[in-house]
Amino acid sequence: MKDLAEAALNAAQIKGAAYADVRLDERVQQDITVKNGQLAAVSDDASEGFGVRVLVDGAWGFAGSARLKQDEVQEVVERAIRIARASARARSVPVDLGPPVTSRGHYRTPVERDPFTVPLTEKVELLLRADQAMGAVKGVTIREGSMEFIKQTKVFASTEGAYTEQELYESGAGIEATATSPDEVQNRSYPNSFGRHQGAGGYEYITALELDRHGQRIGEEAVALLLAPQCPSGVRTLILDASQVALQVHESCGHPTELDRVFGMEAAYAGTSFMTPEKLKHLQYGSPKVSITADALTPTGLGTFGWDDEGVPAQRSFLIQEGLFVGYLTSRETASVLGQQSNGTMRADGWNRIPLIRMTNVSLQPGDSTLEQMIAETKDGVYMETNRSWSIDDKRLNFQFGTQLAYEIVNGKRGRMLKNATYAGITPEFWNSCDAVGGKSEWQVWGLANCGKGQPPQVAHVAHGAAPTRFQNVKVGILK
Amino acid sequence: MKSIEVARLTEEGELKRFMVGLLQRSPAQQTEVMVTEWDSALTRFANNGIHQNVAERDVSVRVRVVKDGKTGVASINQMNESAASDVLNRAVAIAELQPKGEVVPMPGPAKSQRVETWSDATASATPEERADFVEAICARAKRAGLKAFGAYSTGAEQLAIANSLGVLHHHRSTKATVNSVVMGEAGSGYADRGAIDVRQLDKNDLADEVIDKAQRNQNAQPIEPGVYEVVLEEYAVAEMLEFMSFTGFSALAAQEDRSFMRPGERITGESVNIWDDGVDPSGVPTPFDFEGVPKQRVNLIEGGVASGLVYDMQTAQRAGRQSTGHGLPAPNTEGPFAVNLFMGPGTTPKADLASDIKRGIWVTRFWYVRVVHPKASIITGMTREGTFLIENGRITRPVKDLRFTQSMLDALNGTLAISQSTKLEISEYLGAARVPAVRLKAFTFTS
Repeated sequence: MKDLAEAALNAAQIKGAAYADVRLDERVQQDITVKNGQLAAVSDDASEGFGVRVLVDGAWGFAGSARLKQDEVQEVVERAIRIARASARARSVPVDLGPPVTSRGHYRTPVERDPFTVPLTEKVELLLRADQAMGAVKGVTIREGSMEFIKQTKVFASTEGAYTEQELYESGAGIEATATSPDEVQNRSYPNSFGRHQGAGGYEYITALELDRHGQRIGEEAVALLLAPQCPSGVRTLILDASQVALQVHESCGHPTELDRVFGMEAAYAGTSFMTPEKLKHLQYGSPKVSITADALTPTGLGTFGWDDEGVPAQRSFLIQEGLFVGYLTSRETASVLGQQSNGTMRADGWNRIPLIRMTNVSLQPGDSTLEQMIAETKDGVYMETNRSWSIDDKRLNFQFGTQLAYEIVNGKRGRMLKNATYAGITPEFWNSCDAVGGKSEWQVWGLANCGKGQPPQVAHVAHGAAPTRFQNVKVGILK
Repeated sequence: MKSIEVARLTEEGELKRFMVGLLQRSPAQQTEVMVTEWDSALTRFANNGIHQNVAERDVSVRVRVVKDGKTGVASINQMNESAASDVLNRAVAIAELQPKGEVVPMPGPAKSQRVETWSDATASATPEERADFVEAICARAKRAGLKAFGAYSTGAEQLAIANSLGVLHHHRSTKATVNSVVMGEAGSGYADRGAIDVRQLDKNDLADEVIDKAQRNQNAQPIEPGVYEVVLEEYAVAEMLEFMSFTGFSALAAQEDRSFMRPGERITGESVNIWDDGVDPSGVPTPFDFEGVPKQRVNLIEGGVASGLVYDMQTAQRAGRQSTGHGLPAPNTEGPFAVNLFMGPGTTPKADLASDIKRGIWVTRFWYVRVVHPKASIITGMTREGTFLIENGRITRPVKDLRFTQSMLDALNGTLAISQSTKLEISEYLGAARVPAVRLKAFTFTS
C-alpha cells in the first residue's frame, strides 16, 4: 500500500501537481436480511482501489481505479493531471488550501467483538427470533429484519507529508413490522427507520439493541395504527422522540452548515443554504435551549474517525451555541475562503470518489428535561416517533416530516394513538420555538447511513446525538 | 493524448471466457455470475467555473450460488483468476453456513433483442471536450449577468450475465448527461439533457433554456398555497413516474398489499398511458434484466386503467407466471423495478398547455420528493427553479417555490391535456423515463 501511495505522489509531482493526495481504500461489507420467517438475503461484498486528487494551475483533477498495480498508478495519475489541466481552462478562482496538513498515525474503531468473526448462524438466529416475535402478532403482514457490517481500511498520503492509516468498523441492525388494510399501509420499526440503526463498533452494538425484545411491541403498534384516527390538522405543541430529532438536526442544521453548499458548490444538485456567511454570529438560529455541535470524537458515531479524507484530525466544534449560529462544517478549500482552518469534515464514499464536506456527528446537546416531564407540562399537543417521510427545500428552510407513530397529548397525559402524523415548518422559526430538550439519560447517538450528496452521487454514513425535544406552535397533520 | 481517454472495457470474448470459467469451477448446483464494468468521467461546475472534475474505472463481479436449497451471494471488484476463486468460495461458504430459505429460481436461456446503445464519440469524450462544453455554458451565463452551476458526464459500461442453466447475455452502452442551474441575484432556472451519443447534447440549446428560465424567474413573490390547476414540465412528470414505479408498479408491492394499483380499475384520466419498455431505442434500453431475463414491454396504465405490473423471477414464481424481465441484482428483497418508463404523448403543443388556464401554476421541476402515503399514492416535495403564475392563459410572473402534498393518481385523474412532444429524462441511478408535459386540473400546494 505504502509503495503505491508513494509512487502516485511522486508521479503527480513530476507531472506538475502543486499538491496531490492519494487514498487507498479496501472495504468489505456483509448484509443479511430475514423476511417473513425466512432468510431472504445474505451477501458479502468486497471492493478495493485507489484515487488520486491533484491540484494543477489552481484547479482540481481526480481519477481512480480498482487495479492496484504500479502501471495503473502511472496511468491514473496521468489521467488526473490531464483532467486538472482541463479544469484550469475553465476555473473561476484558484484553489487555496491554507496551511499544510502533515498528520501521521494509525486509528482503529474501538471494537469489542469483530463482527466478521461472529458466526453467520448467530446473526441469523437473532433476526429470526425477532421475526418470530413480530409474527406472533395477528395482523402483521410483512416482517423484515436486517444487519449490516462494514470494515474499511484506508490509507491517506499527501505531498505535504501526511500519512495516515485507519481501520473503521460499522455494525447495524433493525426490524420492521408492516400491517395493511384496503386503504392503509402502516409500518413500525425498531430502533429506527431507514432499515437499520447503525454505529461505529463491533457486534456488541448489535447485542445491546435486544432486537428480539422489541418485535412483539412494534408488531402490535403496526396493527393498532390501522384502526387509529388520523392525526388532526392544527397548530399544536409538538414533542419529538430522539430519533426524529436526530433527522431534524440532520436536515435543518447539518446540511445548511456545510460550507460547500453555502458557496454554491452543490447548487445544481443538493442545493444551497439559507445560512450564508453574513449571518454567522448574527443569526438567532434557535432558542437558547438549542446548542448543536459537530464532533468526530463521539463514541459509536458513524462520523467518528481519526482523520478526515484530507488528513485533518477529528475534532469538535460548535455550529449553534445557545441558539446563535456560530460555525460551519468546513474543508481546507472552503475554510481558507473565510480565513479559517478546516474542522475536518471531508469524507469520500470510497476510493472512487473525491471527499466532500460531510456531517460528522452533528448533535443537539442534551438539556435538562425528560420526555415524561415534557408531556406532563403540555396541555394540547402531539408526540411523534420514528421517521416515515422527510422532505426539505433546497435552501433547507421549508420542511415537512411524517412519523410512523403519534399520540395526542391532552392535559399533560398521553391520549389516543394517531396515524399518518406529519408536521411542517420553517427552520429558524421551528428551532426558536424549542422550549425543552431531554437530558443526558435520554440522549442517544443515532446513525444515519443514507445521506446523499454530490455528483456523481455519494452516500455518507453520519450520526446525530439527540434526546426527546419539544417545540411550540407547530403546524401538524397535513393530511385530511 | 486522446488515447488514454477512450473508455477501457474488457473485450467481450475475454469477459465471457472469464464468466464461463467461473461457472465451470463452481461446486454449487446452480450458479449465476453478473459482471458490470464501467469507465466514466464527470465535470462539475459552480459560479461559472469548473470546481470538481473526476474519472473512475471499476468493475463488479457478483456471484450467486444455490447449494442444497440455500443461496449465497458475494461480490468483488477485481476480474482475474484469484478474484474469481475468492468470490466463488465466499458465495459457497455463505450458502453452506445458513439455514434453508426461499430459493429464487434462475432463468433458462432465452434470446434477447439486440439494441444499439453505444457511441464511440461518448466513449472517447475527453476532459478538454467536457471543459469546452462547460466553458460555453458559463460564458453565456456570464454574458447575461448570471452564474452557471451543473455537471456534465460521459461514460461507457457493459453488463454481462451468465448462469449454469445456459444464460449468457452481454450488452454495452454509453451515456452522456448534463444538468445546469443558472442563478441571478434573485432566482434561478434549470435544464438538463441526456443521450447515448454525446454529440446530441447541444450546449446552445441547453444554455438557451436554462438562461431564459433563470431570467424569467427573478424576484418571485409568494402566492397563497391551495389547490391550483397546473402545468407540469417533463422534469416534474418524470419524477412523478419514478415515484409511481417505486411505490406501485412492482408485483412485490402488489403481492404485499402495498401498491396503489387496482388491476382492471380506472385509476387515472383516460388519456393517461404509461408503460415500461426496455428495448425501445427512444429510451435508454437494456435488453435483459439483472437476472438475465429478456425485457418485455409491460403496459402499466392503459387508457387510465391499471393494466399490468412488472415481475422478476421471485414474484413470477409466487404468481405462477413468467418474469417480465424487471429483476434487480441478487440478493434482492426490494422486488422488481420498472426502469424504462414511458408516458404516451397527447396532441397539444407544449406551448399551448397553459392557454386555457384562467389561474394556475406552471411547475418546472420537483425537489426532494418523498412518499407520504403509499396506498393513496400521496407524495410531498417542493417546486424548484421555475415556478410561475398562469393568468388568463399566459405566464405572468414567477412565484416563490411551493410545497405540494398530493396523490399522484388523483392528480392524473384530472389530466386535461398532454403535450405532443416528449423528453428523455435519464435517472442518475438506473434507467430513464420518456415523458410529455401535462396539464392537470387540481394540484394541492400545502405551504
